[in-house]
Amino acid sequence: MLRNKPDEDDYWNNSKFKAFTFEDEDDEFSQLKETKRAVNSILVVDDDEEDDLGQEKFDSWSGRASISWSIKETASSNRTTGEGRDYGFPKIETTAQIPSLPKQGSSYSLSSLFKGRSKLGNFQVLSDSTNDPSVRSFAPELRKPKSEYKDYISDWSPEDTVKRMQKGKPYSLESFRSLKDKLLLLDEAVQIHDGNVITAVLIFLKRSLSKEILFRELVSRQIALQHFIHFLKEAGEQKLLLELLKTLGRTEDMALLQYKEHLNIKDEVQRKDFLKGCISLPFSVDDASHVQDHYTLLERQIIVEVNDKHLERAGQTEIFKKYPRKASILNMPIITTLYYSCFYHYGESEGTYSSPANIKKTFKISDKQYLLAALGARAKLKAWKDVDTLFTTKNWLGYTKKKTPIGFHRVADILHKNSAPVQVLQEYVCLVDDTDLKLNLALKYKCHDVIIDTYKDMKDRHQLMVYRCKVDRSSPEERKIDDILSNTQIRWKN
Amino acid sequence: MALNSRRDAPEPPDFSHLKRLARDQLIYLLEQLPGKKDLFIEADLMSPLDRIANVSTLKQHEVDKLYKLENKPIVSTCDQLCFLIRPRIHSVKWIANIVNTDKAAGRFRRYKLIFSPQKFYACETILEEQGIYGDVSCDEWEFYLLPLDDDLISLELPEFFRDYFLEGDQRWVSTAGKALHLLHSVYGPFSKIYGIGRCAKMTYETWRELVEDGEQRPRQPEVGNVFLIDRDVDFVTSLCSQVVYEGLVDDIFRIKCGCVEFGPEVTSSDKSLKVMLNSSDKVFNEIRNEHFSNVFGFLSQKAKSLQTAYDKRRGMDIQQMKTFVSQELKGLKQDHRLLSLHISACESIMKKKTKQDFQELLKTEHCLLEGFNIRESISYIEEHINRQSYGTEHLLTFANLRKLGLLVEQQPGDTITAMENKVGKLVTDKAVGKLTDAFNSLAKKSNFRALSKKLVLIPKVDGEYDLCTPRDMAYIFSGAYVPLSCKLVEQVLDRGWTGLEEVTRLLNGNEFAVTAGGSGGEMKTKHDSQRLVFVVFLGGCTFSEISALRFLGRERGYKFIIVTTAITNSARLLESVLDSRV
Repeated sequence: MLRNKPDEDDYWNNSKFKAFTFEDEDDEFSQLKETKRAVNSILVVDDDEEDDLGQEKFDSWSGRASISWSIKETASSNRTTGEGRDYGFPKIETTAQIPSLPKQGSSYSLSSLFKGRSKLGNFQVLSDSTNDPSVRSFAPELRKPKSEYKDYISDWSPEDTVKRMQKGKPYSLESFRSLKDKLLLLDEAVQIHDGNVITAVLIFLKRSLSKEILFRELVSRQIALQHFIHFLKEAGEQKLLLELLKTLGRTEDMALLQYKEHLNIKDEVQRKDFLKGCISLPFSVDDASHVQDHYTLLERQIIVEVNDKHLERAGQTEIFKKYPRKASILNMPIITTLYYSCFYHYGESEGTYSSPANIKKTFKISDKQYLLAALGARAKLKAWKDVDTLFTTKNWLGYTKKKTPIGFHRVADILHKNSAPVQVLQEYVCLVDDTDLKLNLALKYKCHDVIIDTYKDMKDRHQLMVYRCKVDRSSPEERKIDDILSNTQIRWKN
Repeated sequence: MALNSRRDAPEPPDFSHLKRLARDQLIYLLEQLPGKKDLFIEADLMSPLDRIANVSTLKQHEVDKLYKLENKPIVSTCDQLCFLIRPRIHSVKWIANIVNTDKAAGRFRRYKLIFSPQKFYACETILEEQGIYGDVSCDEWEFYLLPLDDDLISLELPEFFRDYFLEGDQRWVSTAGKALHLLHSVYGPFSKIYGIGRCAKMTYETWRELVEDGEQRPRQPEVGNVFLIDRDVDFVTSLCSQVVYEGLVDDIFRIKCGCVEFGPEVTSSDKSLKVMLNSSDKVFNEIRNEHFSNVFGFLSQKAKSLQTAYDKRRGMDIQQMKTFVSQELKGLKQDHRLLSLHISACESIMKKKTKQDFQELLKTEHCLLEGFNIRESISYIEEHINRQSYGTEHLLTFANLRKLGLLVEQQPGDTITAMENKVGKLVTDKAVGKLTDAFNSLAKKSNFRALSKKLVLIPKVDGEYDLCTPRDMAYIFSGAYVPLSCKLVEQVLDRGWTGLEEVTRLLNGNEFAVTAGGSGGEMKTKHDSQRLVFVVFLGGCTFSEISALRFLGRERGYKFIIVTTAITNSARLLESVLDSRV
């Protein structure tokens, strides 16, 4: 509303808000300048953040001091006339990178001769329009007899029309009836970069063109196309959007869009069935396998959920009694599901849907990821024996050896986070290859034995003596250190 | 750091006028619906509104009850309803539903929709389609710019990023143009405008048209330069973990509209505390731009001097004591309160960061920036992905990242080293595979490596980088990397785009430089104003970038005013491409 031109003044003088001249002036600049001056002359202490509109204060009013100035002060007669322009910035080429059609023909060159008349037309429309300023930009001319508006409305070229739309002035799209005119209008909107206007024109085209024709024309107008797709998304016009994407041959986008619908389905069985239908959609190869997995996962989760809920309610199963479930497993990610299964269904045979082995196999979970989930779950339950088994491998001679694809420092870290006792921890800290890392971890987790043994292996008498001061008096650790220090067999390096 | 700064940087203009303007207009709009009314406010307009008006302002203009706009039936009994909303289709649909429900129940009310900062035709179309056009009145609250600090102005439009860069919707371009026009009208005119990016170009054009359409008087340029930059010119900087204090606070606690909410772990009570973070907080002002490693030292020094100030009262006579209490004590207590707050915040940051292996993360980030130890970095990332659990909704996230060009899947035929190949095979989780591929391709696609070399973004350091007295903007990333966005600003202010042809080519072009007067006729400008520079980030900027520009300003005697569509950081940027909502 700040953009009213002098030619609209008559309208304002007729309006019921006549007495209020706050925004009623020539241009933004003079108003702002005036306000600036007025504001400067008032000198009020800024009373920011004294009252908070935070939610907790809703409905509870605190009667605060009033603002000591009135709006009318700033809004008082602020009409200044501008002087000639001799100051300006150059136009720059903004369309170089934009794939849009070159401006076609000169279908509106004639009408641009009548530019002067459009102001008159404008005046007529306005003086007849409703009093509410917010309504004035909308089709007020509909109330005019046909013969009358033909005279002025058709004078607006696409360029003028788009400019008027950009400025929130009254406009009419009625006269853009030929395809050529419609497209000129669209291209003009794209020319001025105003997404709001582009969308407005697209809404008009959507109403007045068959979708086949509209889609066909949008193919060569990328910017307009993007706006149209975004509009359809926001307006929830899923069906039309799918048709558009199909026409464009964007099958993957189509598939994703349809797949996204599952988020709207709350009932798990319905969701599962919907996902089943999604499997055959034209996804990319990678995505297709993900969607298949998503379906399989939910299918299994539903079975497991029913079963476990029953078990939990029956109250006969130790694990559910001891650790009641915090939430249902439905719609949880795969790794969470695996963790859950390692927690509640560890050791089940591969034949059951709920067994970790089955999940690992079905979803092709890597050894690393499997190990991390299993370790986390078993450590949480303090099932140290299970933890031990996770890393134990037997070679062909029957010797057992501990192995892990994730590095023992990480194993120790996870165990520590699950408050494993030192006896358990040090077993894994010991297995860390890198001596420095091992020592650091041992110090961090206070694994005395590991520290002492490592210093011993390093033949570092000095460090061992330093460490002796840190352990408790007459503790087994101290004794151990003393034993080592008195061992004459060791060739200390210091 | 502030000590050795140049003194010729001008004072920033007083941006509180912008608040006054916005408040004026809001009051005017509320007056348009005379009488008692209930006001429904869109959630993300609440904080901006808080900064410019308070409850009593609204109450004075006969707002009765306030509600947050939520997607559920309303309980208001008022005869007049006013809705303060962003121009979003779903909000308008919700309102249309209310109006039609009232209609069906034979209930008469007056309704007013106030769109901020502007209305969109698409929204009005909904009103039309729902048959309530004319039953509700529509207005625009042209609240384009919210000053968050002396040198920081925000459009508070986080959706700018997604709408423009992901969806390709230019609806906010004219908003940015109008915001620029507002700045130009009140604080301009500008003498030179630089820019890079397609959106920057369009914003400039929109603004220029507005200037041409308006009446003009020749005025002395008051603001020297304007620099417009698209966020997609530099994604890398915005995705880095932040280590300057303000950036860290934002990464961890999330600064919203210049205000942070510290939870019980910081306040050491059972309540949360909302704290305004800006230059009027003396303690914060001195540490906000510092590398985190310096903050402790500063705070402890501050604590000591506070102690000394408190200690002064020993040995005072009654008169002196009286003066002390009336004049100094209040300030000291305020400092004291702020000091303990920031110390607790630091502690909390330390705790959180130690827990998540921050050191390792930074090391990896720095390696990726340098293009060094890529394989180790990839296995680090892989490991972290393995240790977390992700939902299926990220199928859509990946599609969006691909669209933004942030994720490019490696084609089987691409040249990859044997090791990377192996990594790919080890990782059966395809998500992991995609992400690791992304880093290879990102480097390739964004030409980051070449740009980094050309602009010397990775400083050569002999020994330790001195974070206490930094020598370049790289300090904001521990001396590892000079933010590309800020480096461009520096270079272009020095010599325009000349000599940067290779750089702009790598950045996909779209750079421009224009001077007032069209023909290039230099206007006489005051020296001071030439040193005032608006840097406009289209799509958001991070606190680290702001800190870097403040540093540059001190070094070069510029005063930078940062104008951004919103404050962003790595988390916000990624969240904005999530698609789990419907």
